[in-house]
Amino acid sequence: MKNYKYDNLIVASSPHLVDSITTSKIMAMVIIALMPAFAVSIWVFGARAIFLTGICIIACVVFEYLFNKITKKPSTIGDFSAVVTGILVAFNVPVNFPYWMAIIGCFVAIIIAKQLFGGIGQNFVNPAITARVVLFLAFSTEMTSWPTPQRIFLATDAVTGATPLALFAKQNFDQLPSNTEMFLGTIGGCIGETSALALLIGGLFLLFKKIISPTIPVSFLGTMVVISLIAGIDPIFQICAGGAMIGAFFMATDYSTSPLTTNGKIIFGIGCGLITMVIRLFGNYPEGVSFSILFMNLIVPHIDNLSRRKLYGGGVKND
Amino acid sequence: MTKLDLIKNGIIKENPVLVLLLGACPTLAVTTSAINGLGMGVSTMTVLICSNIVISLLKSVISPKVRIPCYIVVIAGFVTMVGFLLNAYVPDIYDSLGLFIPLIVVNCIILGRAEMFASKNSVLNSAADGIGMGLGFTLALFLMGAIREFLGAGTLFGFTITANIIKPMTIFALPPGGFFVFGCLVALINFISKGRAIKKTEMGCSNCPSAEACGKSEKGECNN
Repeated sequence: MKNYKYDNLIVASSPHLVDSITTSKIMAMVIIALMPAFAVSIWVFGARAIFLTGICIIACVVFEYLFNKITKKPSTIGDFSAVVTGILVAFNVPVNFPYWMAIIGCFVAIIIAKQLFGGIGQNFVNPAITARVVLFLAFSTEMTSWPTPQRIFLATDAVTGATPLALFAKQNFDQLPSNTEMFLGTIGGCIGETSALALLIGGLFLLFKKIISPTIPVSFLGTMVVISLIAGIDPIFQICAGGAMIGAFFMATDYSTSPLTTNGKIIFGIGCGLITMVIRLFGNYPEGVSFSILFMNLIVPHIDNLSRRKLYGGGVKND
Repeated sequence: MTKLDLIKNGIIKENPVLVLLLGACPTLAVTTSAINGLGMGVSTMTVLICSNIVISLLKSVISPKVRIPCYIVVIAGFVTMVGFLLNAYVPDIYDSLGLFIPLIVVNCIILGRAEMFASKNSVLNSAADGIGMGLGFTLALFLMGAIREFLGAGTLFGFTITANIIKPMTIFALPPGGFFVFGCLVALINFISKGRAIKKTEMGCSNCPSAEACGKSEKGECNN
């Protein structure tokens, strides 16, 4: 039931109930959008990607259920948000990551980043990003030993090697994979972040279904391209490498941790891209997507305040 | 209020670190291990008791207009003594605490108790208050240090407990782990005392750092 009479009005900022879409439907769409990347990860890294993702999903759902049970709140596992968090946590760790460490990551994501602050819609940082950063700081050896792609189903012993970004940071430019390999995802890295193509398909699906708006991904990746061009490095390599694609489409666009207005989203995206590139070019770590998104998450309330829309005919502060 | 009440007050009900949230800087910086936390706590407690006694003795001599410099001189004197003692008898702790020993001078718990308590109360009561507050501070720091050392390095007082069984989480030895343990302990104290430790009406919504972004601060219904 579309109201054509008011079609020329620009409507933004939540909350507006416009159709029958629910949280569980949105989350189901996100899960569908993550499936291409999951398929590529199984092809590239073997069966352990399935087990690790499965364990993360189960751990997240169980933590969510137990927390709701203990605090006597209505159970929120039906909205699938814990499933999405579980998939994203698994996508953000290397495939040979120990299971128990991944479960600690799920605990951080669900209990600490999400439920302690009031559950879905109340979290001020993205749970999966928080889990990644905590795991990275807690178990940096395990988080940075990347198996090289096997492309053999049920590969048992993985060989570890540097990711393209680590090679880039060490200036081993001749060992870098080609941009085609980077785009397809047959490179070392975290489970779900290697294939730019698969993530792009999922991201475009979400854009097409209007689950996410293009503002944040475009300004995020656009800023990275601009800075790469200024610095004189290959922009395609930069946006295909590391967590840029999964971060821009799936984690920076989280509703409760991104600004409400379009202007705010542009500031948010540019900030993410800027911090990512600054860390990649000048920082100690080869990759900065997770830190940049976490940092921008923290200043979202201030961005919201700054980008507040003026009332029509207003201009005088209504106190 | 008896002297025992004064001591008990400082340990739980008005714990300087976990309830009054004073002295967060040494709390977060030095508690990477249990022994560091204990060393810092005992040093601060010694200074606190001595400065409380001396300031209480001098309260009729010190002119109110120049009281803060006078308190600082007294506190700095005791901090210098404690620093020399640590350097002479426990050089290991002295080295690992480093700059934070001279910084006890500007610890807001000591100055706060001098201003709020010792300058208005009798010598014995001030000493009791110093013991209570010092014990509260020491316990909080020891607890934080022990938790961070256990989770971050798998050891306790340098003895290996779990380090060779499961891999310790290094994040607890880093600053984010400090904030994390600090937050959990504050929440725990608040849970145990059922919120009575912190008087919410005195805090008020308007004093909350996120009052502007909250939107409900005018109605004062943050909890709902």
